[in-house]
Amino acid sequence: MIRFQRVTKHLGGKLVLDKVSFEIEKGETFIIVGVSGAGKSVTLKHMVRLLTPEEGRVMVGDDVVSEARGADLERIRSRFGVLFQSAALLQWLKVGDNVGLPLHQRTDLSPDEIDRRVREVLEMVRLEDVFEKYPADLSGGMQKRVGLARAIIMNPEIILYDEPTSGLDPVTSRTIDHLIDRLRRELGVTSVVVTHDLHSALAIGTRIAMLDGGKIVEIASPREFVKSRNPVVQSFLESQYITRKGAWEAA
Amino acid sequence: MITHEPEYFDPPLNLFAAVGRRVLLACRNTGRALIMIAEAFMHIRSVFSRRSRHEALYQLFFTGIKSLGVITVVAMFTGMILALQTGLELRRFGQEVNIGTAVTVTMLREMGPFMTALIVAASVGSAIAAQLGTMVVSEEIAALELMSVNPVRFLVMPRLVGLMVMMPILTVYTNIIGIVGGAVVGYTQLGVSLQAYFDNATRFAENKDLYVGLFKAFVFGVIIATVACHQGFATTGGALGVGRATRRTVVVSFLTILVIGYMITRLFYA
Ligand SMILES: Nc1ncnc2c1ncn2[C@@H]1O[C@H](COP(=O)(O)OP(=O)(O)OP(=O)(O)O)[C@@H](O)[C@H]1O
Ligand SMILES: [Mg+2]
Repeated sequence: MIRFQRVTKHLGGKLVLDKVSFEIEKGETFIIVGVSGAGKSVTLKHMVRLLTPEEGRVMVGDDVVSEARGADLERIRSRFGVLFQSAALLQWLKVGDNVGLPLHQRTDLSPDEIDRRVREVLEMVRLEDVFEKYPADLSGGMQKRVGLARAIIMNPEIILYDEPTSGLDPVTSRTIDHLIDRLRRELGVTSVVVTHDLHSALAIGTRIAMLDGGKIVEIASPREFVKSRNPVVQSFLESQYITRKGAWEAA
Repeated sequence: MITHEPEYFDPPLNLFAAVGRRVLLACRNTGRALIMIAEAFMHIRSVFSRRSRHEALYQLFFTGIKSLGVITVVAMFTGMILALQTGLELRRFGQEVNIGTAVTVTMLREMGPFMTALIVAASVGSAIAAQLGTMVVSEEIAALELMSVNPVRFLVMPRLVGLMVMMPILTVYTNIIGIVGGAVVGYTQLGVSLQAYFDNATRFAENKDLYVGLFKAFVFGVIIATVACHQGFATTGGALGVGRATRRTVVVSFLTILVIGYMITRLFYA
């Protein structure tokens, strides 16, 4: 579904991705982990051509997204729903209008239908009573969930999540995990999830990739991932083992 | 596409390279700004569509209201200063009644549009740059583009319409207040009766003065929209960058307004 072919990228004069290659299958929940600054967000941005590689290419289905322009690019992008790390809500629109914006701008649904659909997705992310509020009046975690609601409202085939559960309490985090998993099982959505949360990664991932030093140092199913001998993976696991003993055993 | 990839340049080798790079970047940015505003003009036909009219109305309102207070004070004093300056000179020849014409013509042709544009650039223009800049920094613009919402149609066009429509209207207001200010000074300081002042004003001021002034105001509105939106979109580097974009908006629009204002006067009166 999504294929990176020897993608190389410099940002700010620094090598961020160094000939990265991997492939994500249709219907997968692909997890990307790595230390802060490893290039996880950069990898996601390549999938929708917010960044373009200097070398190599990025394919989505049969399209080369890294070279697409104009209407072609728009068509490819319309297959995606994206949750940004910063939530990226429009500050001057109420939550309901933010979530409904794609419907309002791209479909001819009536205001009532949009309203109904917006309430439906807000319910999916456990936010029923914020419809009339402004983003600035919500907590970081709530904004993140509004962003998630906006990402899924157009029923995209592929959803990119940049740290969907960061800043959320464990209970809400599990709700989000269930939501991601449910979208995969019921609608066959392909998901790419960047996370620092080992519990989520093991619970919902079909495969986990570890990004370090501009390369993918490990890529494996959750079961194999926890047994990896790679030192970077081991230190990542160990750091979480202390705080997330339960997760370890669940795996 | 409005979102551009972050740029990185190695430090320039020498002064020559540094200057050359600046010039090239300035040319490219001007080109980008012009393309953006041309695209915004193309989208104006959809201003009444369900998707845009709400935002356009809001921008009209915002542009009109935001600077009204300052404009009133500035216009008043511009008229008063004009009347006092010219009146004191004219009094030496016993011609002080002619301040009516002097104030009116200067306001209509030059000071009205110019003062209005400066204030609108500083208040509305900087606000636009700050808002769009913040949106760039927090990835909201990128999110819009991913949702196939064209930022030029969604954000630039309504602001362009707001400035384009409100600048001439505000200029008429500035003119009126300025001329009244002049009359007040004429009456209280120079002993010119209101009757004589307005008689004199209407006798010598031409319609052309008004139209050229309003045309200027319209062009200034387009300039402010272009500079503010472009600077906002070109923001890089977090909150600091937003501050930089705001400052640049004010400086660049002031300079452009001065130069283009001169050229328009030149075109119509020389
Ligand atoms: N706009 C930019 N300009 C310059 N450098 C950038 C830019 N965006 C990212 N980088 C660099 O790319 C590297 C990877 O950034 P990225 O945002 O992908 O990290 P990340 O893995 O998502 O980290 P985090 O977990 O903190 O979100 C960083 O070293 C950063 O300095
Ligand atoms: Mg990141």
